[in-house]
Amino acid sequence: MKQSSRRAFLTVASAGAAVAALPSAVRAQMTRTPLNNMPDAISKLVGTKAINKGRVTLGVPPLVENGHLVPLSVSVESAMTEADYVKAIHVFTERNPLPEMVTFRLGPRAGRAQVATRVRMADTQNVIAIAEMSDGSFWLDSVFMIVTLAACLEELPA
Amino acid sequence: MTVANVRIDVPAIARRGEIIDIKTLVAHGMETGFRRTHLGVPIPRDIITTFVCLYNSVEVFRAELHPSISANPFLQFSTVATESGTLEFKWSGDNGFSAMQTARISVA
Repeated sequence: MKQSSRRAFLTVASAGAAVAALPSAVRAQMTRTPLNNMPDAISKLVGTKAINKGRVTLGVPPLVENGHLVPLSVSVESAMTEADYVKAIHVFTERNPLPEMVTFRLGPRAGRAQVATRVRMADTQNVIAIAEMSDGSFWLDSVFMIVTLAACLEELPA
Repeated sequence: MTVANVRIDVPAIARRGEIIDIKTLVAHGMETGFRRTHLGVPIPRDIITTFVCLYNSVEVFRAELHPSISANPFLQFSTVATESGTLEFKWSGDNGFSAMQTARISVA
């Protein structure tokens, strides 16, 4: 009995050692935060309409060291006149706990469709910016971002 | 109403029709609601949910914020300088959070 429990212990211990020996990239994959329901959130926004690629430029760094404070800017090619303007810019993420990041609501009085903020990134993931035009069309840009230190995973100190 | 520390960057003078850049910053922890204490107790969400900019009482910009926005939310946007007057900035959020700031602009 003693013998077998010792064997069981050794098996578990060696399995643990095997996990620790995996390349860090593989371990990162194993601990990745699950996907949120981004496709649902986007289809709730656009309905059955098509989303075109282009006109939108999502400005984010391709690699960030600190996921707590990531500068994010979005600009959209638009005349910004009463007849043709950007109604809203929506930003979505794939692996943050919630798919919605931020929504900017603009109008012709904005002059130009260019906005910026700072966001949190929970993981290495795709970020998608969707522009909603006054004519009802949707345009998008997406960027794959590598995040070294993730936001919202740490626990608070006592 | 919580007293909030707010920073605004708006040009004091502008030409009529000029597109002006506006930057705003408000002190707020933006607690996501997804974190736990070391004892495993969930920390309730406490964020700013809405920002509005009014130009002489007409809304020119609005933002809907989610927990993904960093602490001390920073927002940059633009508006056309149409006439002299007041720009009003309003933030509102969880637990009755509300903050307001105004800036004068003279348009020539």
